[in-house]
Amino acid sequence: MEIKVLGTGCAKCKMLEKVTRETVIEANSSATVTKVEDIIDIMKYGILQTPALVIDGKVVLQGKVPSRAELIQIINN
Amino acid sequence: MANDFPFFKKQSNNWVYTLLLLPLWLVLYLNLQIIADFLIDDLLQLQNGNHLTEALRFFIFETPKVLLLLILIIFLVGIIRSYFTPEKTRKILGNKSLFTGNILASLLGIVTPFCSCSAIPLFLGFVEAGIPLGVTFSFLIAAPMINEVALVLLIGLFGWKVAIIYIGTGLLIAIFAGWILGKLKLERYVADWVYKVQIGQSEEEEKLKFSERIGGGYAAVKEIVGKIWIYILIGIAVGAGAHGYVPEDYLGTLLGRGNWYGVPLAILIGIPMYSNAAGIIPIVSVLIEKGVSLGTALAFMMSVIALSLPEVIILKKVLKWPLIAFFIGIVTSGILVVGFLFNVIM
Repeated sequence: MEIKVLGTGCAKCKMLEKVTRETVIEANSSATVTKVEDIIDIMKYGILQTPALVIDGKVVLQGKVPSRAELIQIINN
Repeated sequence: MANDFPFFKKQSNNWVYTLLLLPLWLVLYLNLQIIADFLIDDLLQLQNGNHLTEALRFFIFETPKVLLLLILIIFLVGIIRSYFTPEKTRKILGNKSLFTGNILASLLGIVTPFCSCSAIPLFLGFVEAGIPLGVTFSFLIAAPMINEVALVLLIGLFGWKVAIIYIGTGLLIAIFAGWILGKLKLERYVADWVYKVQIGQSEEEEKLKFSERIGGGYAAVKEIVGKIWIYILIGIAVGAGAHGYVPEDYLGTLLGRGNWYGVPLAILIGIPMYSNAAGIIPIVSVLIEKGVSLGTALAFMMSVIALSLPEVIILKKVLKWPLIAFFIGIVTSGILVVGFLFNVIM
């Protein structure tokens, strides 16, 4: 599984990246987490709010930082 | 985020809790003065009329009042906002003419969830969808300036009249600044790469159940109140400390009603500063306590929230300098007019 965190450099974006990385380790998931910071690349996903979370090319979340419980649910789906 | 509370796990229960909490809210809100008087006079038995006693009474009454109002309004706005996603706003604004578009964009700016960290993707997404530049600006001016937090704090600390004045004039500035920017045909000052960006298809969003929207309301309360309660305590504490005093000092003379340059000076001081509505209102309450006139204080507040250096740095990524200069110039003029107007009327 490939997880991408889309966000330029705002506080919420950094928070989402941190929570995602921690949750992936916590859940013993083999998913890779990468951060996409280039706005041109970010816009390719058709989002209007950052930060956003993309799993295997699909936008699953945008404009907010989820709780760990929510994030685990998203990753497991 | 709603899942942090065990009792929100079952979304269908949201109804029940909300129906139980609302009457509780009302009973508490209507009895705040009685509770404050009971604590001060009967429990602590403080001497009546003493400055410290009255300051304490003000604080004990005012703090829960503002917090209760804040919780209710953020909760309701959280539900309303779940109906107005940026995607929907973009769709609504897509085929509107300039002036109608400006009015709609400013109104939608109030209810659409917005964070300044999303300004760039939002700008690109709007422009790319064919929304006129001026209409996009109306949205970008109204969204941070007019919001539920500003509304509650203004009602709580200065009353309904000031809150309505702030919202009304804020809307007018957003509408007209966007309209003028649109009329000036400044599209050539948008960074060249903006019109070449490939925007991906956004997916159709799923329909939310009403209980999920209520969950969104709780999540909004937790997020926003959790972030700003400290500013509110400070603001009210300062207000309580100054309660009863009307000090005429340096600030009052400099930015008071008598000085014509009070308003422009306040705006100039406000531009490099950056804060959201919650952070700036305590400062505004201090300014007014210190004798700064209302129009000048409102102009300062608008200038801090709507114009800021960090925002200019963000906008610089997508706009060229002439357009940024027009943007700042036009919004500043609008705030200037509002400031002068209220110093004359009030």
